[in-house]
Amino acid sequence: MTADPRAEPRTGRLTAWLRDNGVYAAVAVLVGYNLLFSANFATWGNLGTQVVQVAPVLIVALGMALVIGTEGVDLSVGSVMAVAAAILPLYLGYGFVPAVGLALVAGALCGALNGTLVAVVGIQPIVATLALLVGGRGLALVFADGQLTDIRNDDLLALGSGELLGIPTIGWIAAVLAVAVWLVVRYTTFGRQLVAVGGNRSASALAGLPVRRVLLTTYVISGVLAAVAGILATARLTASDPSAIGTLYELSAITAVVVGGTPLSGGRVRILGTVAGAVLMQLITATLIKHNLPDSTAQIVQAAIILVAVHLQRGSR
Amino acid sequence: MTSATETSAETRTTETRTERLAGLVQRRGSIVVLALVVLVSSVSFDSFATLDNARNIAIQSSFLAVVALGMTFVIISGGIDLSVGSVYALGGVLAAYGIQWGSLVGLALPLVVCGAIGLLNGVLVAYGRLAPFIVTLATLLGARGLLLAITDEGATTRLMPREDWLTHLGQGTFLGLGLPVWITLGLFAVGVVVLGRTRFGHATLAIGGSREAATLMGLPVARDTMLLYLGSGLLAGLAGTLAAAYSASGVTIVGEGLELDAIAAVVIGGTLLTGGVGTVGGTLAGVLLLRVIQNVINQVGTLSTHYQSVVSGAFLAVVVAVQAYLSRAHLRGRRR
Repeated sequence: MTADPRAEPRTGRLTAWLRDNGVYAAVAVLVGYNLLFSANFATWGNLGTQVVQVAPVLIVALGMALVIGTEGVDLSVGSVMAVAAAILPLYLGYGFVPAVGLALVAGALCGALNGTLVAVVGIQPIVATLALLVGGRGLALVFADGQLTDIRNDDLLALGSGELLGIPTIGWIAAVLAVAVWLVVRYTTFGRQLVAVGGNRSASALAGLPVRRVLLTTYVISGVLAAVAGILATARLTASDPSAIGTLYELSAITAVVVGGTPLSGGRVRILGTVAGAVLMQLITATLIKHNLPDSTAQIVQAAIILVAVHLQRGSR
Repeated sequence: MTSATETSAETRTTETRTERLAGLVQRRGSIVVLALVVLVSSVSFDSFATLDNARNIAIQSSFLAVVALGMTFVIISGGIDLSVGSVYALGGVLAAYGIQWGSLVGLALPLVVCGAIGLLNGVLVAYGRLAPFIVTLATLLGARGLLLAITDEGATTRLMPREDWLTHLGQGTFLGLGLPVWITLGLFAVGVVVLGRTRFGHATLAIGGSREAATLMGLPVARDTMLLYLGSGLLAGLAGTLAAAYSASGVTIVGEGLELDAIAAVVIGGTLLTGGVGTVGGTLAGVLLLRVIQNVINQVGTLSTHYQSVVSGAFLAVVVAVQAYLSRAHLRGRRR
């Protein structure tokens, strides 16, 4: 993960270091600050809350990092979460496994639709996934008849509020998925193909890589991960709320990915950075709330951080 | 590879009929579909082809249309402006906030602030060379934060006095049509002239076609790019002001997802997201098409309103798929 040597003359060594490690440094600074100045920060209860809040965004951001690595973007993730959430109560009557399974299949289908539009039809990712962002939410509301449905399935509720070794189950799932995606990117053929396609699509095609299949698979993974996030968020909420669940998640996920050092221009995926990016954004919100600063300030601060992050990345193209 | 150099000289003269047709559908398809949808709806629903309903559609389209006008220019230049939804909401809130010091402040405040946000986008994209997608994503958040800051975290909705001339600008009518509709039509007329007849419009098309080539031609690429985002911010602020005047209040929850409607309208109108190709008139047809579909679904009654976004989304997917197919057919024709 060393910086591209060609970028050195344009950006100083400090800038290069900040670009690659700034997000970790920022997380460390914020954790240190909170340990010193925020009451009740380092309690199990508070840490558990933070983990539960960051987990769905993090899971969506993992898929987003892969898609952005292919020089694409997936705007539909929030709506896919809503579709998964809307499907759950329809099939919970048949049991936990069929309902969750079908919600995941729905996520995969949404991803396959995005992937087909991008890889086979050749539409720009922004518009292709925009169509599902608009249509997916409507579809979820049609499935649920616009209603909020209470979840009464014990298995699903346990998923939302359960703990293992003192850490929320949702946190474990997010951690396992993060490690799995990291391993895929780092050690599998698919991971290397994905980075190659994102770096130079036509060169990859000329080199004989299955460009379409790689793109299609990437969007399917993003769809499935969004469905997982939708299921977990629903379990946590103890209700399926397709009109509100996952709104603006696409923005949070893109923010986490970009702040984590994955360039929008593709060809590079940083999973650890993405995890740190999601954690950083959560810590910022939490810190501001702890000090009674309003939501408006949090949003303006987040905006500034995004701009600083992309500015630092400019040299890495 | 050699065939490309051989045929490049004669491409302009040997456009076949299918190629011309493909180009025509690309540019004018939205108007044809709009006409068809209007025709079918008029026959199917008694309440569709009434003067009241037409007025309704016109006023509902006007606010989105003003936002989409700015978006058209930005997208033609190869960029994108995701901040317009937030800026639109901010504009409305600022108008209702500023009107306490007089109507002129109520109009000027949103334009100045929204213009400043547009200018910030423009400077960062044009001179900072940052990706428009992410810059305007950041200002989307920032503008929403600003909105919350001046409305006590969204808890306060300020009203605009009914008798004020700024409120009249939103609610008044002329020849049976709402004033916002006339303002929109005026702005689109200006837009057509600017894109087709001015140096700035031609430069916008050239930048979208190829930024490098435009730079080599000596066009003021950075300045014009900055002005495009400034314009988009100003138009979004103006649209928000008009919408606030129309409802006589600065509603804080409007505008979420409006950037997506605007992008959809522009794309449906035949403007390519890759830049360099697009029309202002097509965008107007795209906006009307979205709003007519919305209106028709409301007319059907038995369909839940949730189908609206399903139909809009499906429609968008079909339109871009057809566009991709047509532009490929176009390219194939040129390679021959």
